[in-house]
Amino acid sequence: MSKVVKRILITGNEACAEGAIRAGCRFYAGYPITPQNELIGYMSKRMREAGGTFIQAESELAAINMVFGAAAAGERAMTSSSGPGISLKQEGISYLSGCELPAVVVNVMRGGPGLGNIAPSQSDYFQATRGGGHGDYRTIVLAPASVEEFATFAFDAFDLADKYRIVTLVLTDGALGQMMEPVPGSLFSDMKPAKRQSKKGWILDGCRGRKARSIKSLFLKDGELEELNKKLQRKYEEISKKEVRCEVLYEKDSEIFLIAYGIVARIVKSCVEKMRKNGLKVGVIRPITLWPFPNDIISKAVSKAKSMLVVEMSEGQMVEDVRLAVGDKCKVRFYGRSGGNIPTEDEITKILIDSRRGK
Amino acid sequence: MAIKRKKAIVKEKTAIHESIIAAGFGGQGIMLLGKLIGLSAMNEGKEVTWISSYGAEVRGGTAHSMVIISSLPISSPTVKEPDTCIIMNVPSFIKFEKKIKKGGLIVVNSSIVKGNSKRKDIEILKVPATDVAKKLGNVRVANMVMLGAYLKKRGFISIETAISSLKEIFTSKDETVIELNKLALKKGWEAAGGRG
Repeated sequence: MSKVVKRILITGNEACAEGAIRAGCRFYAGYPITPQNELIGYMSKRMREAGGTFIQAESELAAINMVFGAAAAGERAMTSSSGPGISLKQEGISYLSGCELPAVVVNVMRGGPGLGNIAPSQSDYFQATRGGGHGDYRTIVLAPASVEEFATFAFDAFDLADKYRIVTLVLTDGALGQMMEPVPGSLFSDMKPAKRQSKKGWILDGCRGRKARSIKSLFLKDGELEELNKKLQRKYEEISKKEVRCEVLYEKDSEIFLIAYGIVARIVKSCVEKMRKNGLKVGVIRPITLWPFPNDIISKAVSKAKSMLVVEMSEGQMVEDVRLAVGDKCKVRFYGRSGGNIPTEDEITKILIDSRRGK
Repeated sequence: MAIKRKKAIVKEKTAIHESIIAAGFGGQGIMLLGKLIGLSAMNEGKEVTWISSYGAEVRGGTAHSMVIISSLPISSPTVKEPDTCIIMNVPSFIKFEKKIKKGGLIVVNSSIVKGNSKRKDIEILKVPATDVAKKLGNVRVANMVMLGAYLKKRGFISIETAISSLKEIFTSKDETVIELNKLALKKGWEAAGGRG
């Protein structure tokens, strides 16, 4: 046996929690729900060691509003849940967005709608990328495809949230949350404690000796709210220019691109590697930020590709964004599994071969 | 197909892809069994995924964990057609025996599962794990007896690695717990024809 690099075997949920702690998250409030329970469980132990505050709230609504309070006071704050709980948090997320407060929300998706089931799913894509709550707002959405990325994206989410004073979502699924896989032994020790944001000249930390501040999302004066809306839009535009993340494999010669995110992207990649060995010119596009969506990257790929196949664990959500990016420049096909089923390599391969035959 | 694959493994020892479902009653140490396989494989430099079964598994109910060991990156952690099943109770035997790939392996706790498999296209290894564990003084180590037998039979992971990985699992337990588990692993290894 050659030299074996030291690695750690850890679940996605726990790795995410540790990544958040390393980013300087010192406030966590949440309410248990499968399949994200390992996250709240890990936080309950680790947050105290880190000297922060852990609260098992009485409900998801309470948890997101506690996060609101902590963020307003300048703390790096986070909550997590799965589909049904995230729906309950939407009011709070809208208020956070209206107040331009930074916060991190993790959604370990399960099958829906309603209580659905507790198996992995990607059916909260619309909710995540369209704001989710009421009002004209956006949240940054990061979609990890491995346990390691789940940790690093949770880490990055706090910097993004602070940089733009925005809610950042880490969107993953029950499989990635609950599975264990090795991460590099130095993953967490290499995460440098994030710089404290000195720009927090807006936080509510007691106004003795300075002018009083207020944080609010109610703007009744004539023109006041539109001014905020325009400001938010300028911010979203800046994020769309600077923060797009996307992975492209075999960009140069692919005739067909498979597009998927999260755990499905891994399966799709594996298919593509096998097909490449058989001489098929196929490639992969993996959006990492679901908002901002990598429109330009996809649009550029289209100029050479004949068709695209979007694979999701839903009945077709991201595919709409792909179609918007592509327009009528090439054919966009879709394959989805739902209800907690993960598409297999064999299924995807068959769809791809059929589509090459023009079926 | 499976037989071909086996030959390939003999030829090229580094190319491995093994999917495992370990199943039994909640409380039989099924999750731990799976984790120790994963941990040991990782410590030997292999790629690994582990995922537990979903559902309202409680004590007395049936639980299972899915483990994949590979020399290549693993895409999906879920296992639909396992190469190997490690089965510790009757409901799991009924549920998973039919799902095993042709040419695959089933390791059965014969102290509890008395029936025979009707399938002729899989290999069956019977291990009286619960009886062996009782003799060792603690029925709870039956899972390690099963694992020891599996390790011997398949030969993907060395028993030495599994033993050295035990201390990473039982971080808060005292030495006697580790010793007992170690002994159970060895007894399982011997039950599958290994020399003690």
